[in-house]
This record gives sequence, C-alpha cells and structure tokens, in this order.
Amino acid sequence: MNENVIIRTVTQIMLPFIQIFGLYVIAHGEVGPGGGFQGGVILGASVILISLVLGKKEARKRLSMKWNDVFNSTGVLVYAGIGFICLFLGGSFLEYGVLPFGSAEKGNHLGMVGIEIGVGITVAAVMTTIFFEASEKDDD
Amino acid sequence: MDIITIISGIFIFAGCFFIVIASIGVLRLPDFYTRLHAAGKADTLGQGLIFLGLIIYEGFNLISLKMLFIVIFIFIANPTATHAAAKAAFISGLKPWRKKDDN
Repeated sequence: MNENVIIRTVTQIMLPFIQIFGLYVIAHGEVGPGGGFQGGVILGASVILISLVLGKKEARKRLSMKWNDVFNSTGVLVYAGIGFICLFLGGSFLEYGVLPFGSAEKGNHLGMVGIEIGVGITVAAVMTTIFFEASEKDDD
Repeated sequence: MDIITIISGIFIFAGCFFIVIASIGVLRLPDFYTRLHAAGKADTLGQGLIFLGLIIYEGFNLISLKMLFIVIFIFIANPTATHAAAKAAFISGLKPWRKKDDN
C-alpha cells in the first residue's frame, strides 16, 4: 500500500469533493437531474474508494460496522415515517400535500426533499454493506 | 456570426478531433498498455477542449463555473485512473507488446 503515492494523494484530495457532489445531487433531486438513489450511490462510492485505496481498516475506521447498520435502517425509517405521517394526517401513503407546512405546494416540496434524504442515506449504506460483505468472502 | 461562436466552435472541433483520434487508437493499437495510452491522454485533452469551448460560448456564469469544475476534476482524475489501471496490469504480470522479429 505504501508505494501508491499518486493514487493515495489524489484520493485524499478528491474525497471531500466527491462527497459534497453526492450531497448536492441528493439536494437537487426534485428540481434537476439526480435524486436520492444517484446521490446515495456517489456517497457509497466514496467510502468504497477509501476502502480500495487506503485499505479496508481505514474505511472501517471512518464508517464503522455499527454506524453502517444504523444508517441502513435510518433511511428506511425516514422514508416510511414520512409516508405514514401522511397516512395519519388523512391523506394516502406519501401524499405530501397534507403535511403541516402551510400550503400543499410547500408540503409537496419539503416532503419530496425528506424522501430523497431517506433514500440517499439507505442507498449509501447499502452500497458500502454490499461491498464489504463481498470482500469479506475473499479473506477466508 | 459572432466571434465568440467561432472561437468556441474551433475549440469544440479540436476536442472532437482528439476524441476521434483516441477512439481510433483504442480500436487499432495492439495491446492493453498502448490502448490505455491512447485513451488516457487524448480523452483528457479532448474533453478539456470541448468543455473549454462550451465555457467560452456560455460566458461567465454559474453554468460555466460548474463546467470549469468538471474540467479540473477530469484533468486530475482521468490520468490517475489510467495510472492505476496500468500499474495494476503491470503488477499482475502483463508483458508489454513487442514486434515479432524483435525477440
């Protein structure tokens, strides 16, 4: 690992920009190209890049097994939670207009942003989980 | 026709030329290293020139700033990816191509 100076340096320079771009894609999900899934994949790919270049131990130090599992279920909770809040407020599942943000337009906007964030968290965590599980098998 | 349109058109044409050269190189060159050479170098330059032409056409605003970021990203990331692929091939023992009568 020690001799890959170019790859390690470029990765360490690029990583914050990759992650900011992932967050940007998630945040622009409802007004431009992109969305929760694509942004989540970019965020997950940044963790996979750490694991490929700096080693699996370093990646586990930055995103531990416990937090990975927590993120796995948090995104689903956000998604289903917003859906069921809409259900309890008298709409149908994921009908954002009934959310208490004043007007139906504003409810639609913020509800969709919440859904994108939930999907992004889950997809990022699941991508890293798939990668780590697939690479565990090689070591045995 | 505007002078800015002509200048940006020249840049975009030069970028397309380099990308065509890169595609011909990837198809025609004999082995992995030489193909990587064609793809890595000419692709980086071609994409950079095309985006430079678009930036000149667009003028200075948020969209051209985003395109400038893409150019910087490609100029750093593409040679690094080429380097990583070439190094992986060399470590795993792929011999460079030689002419038949050389050895």
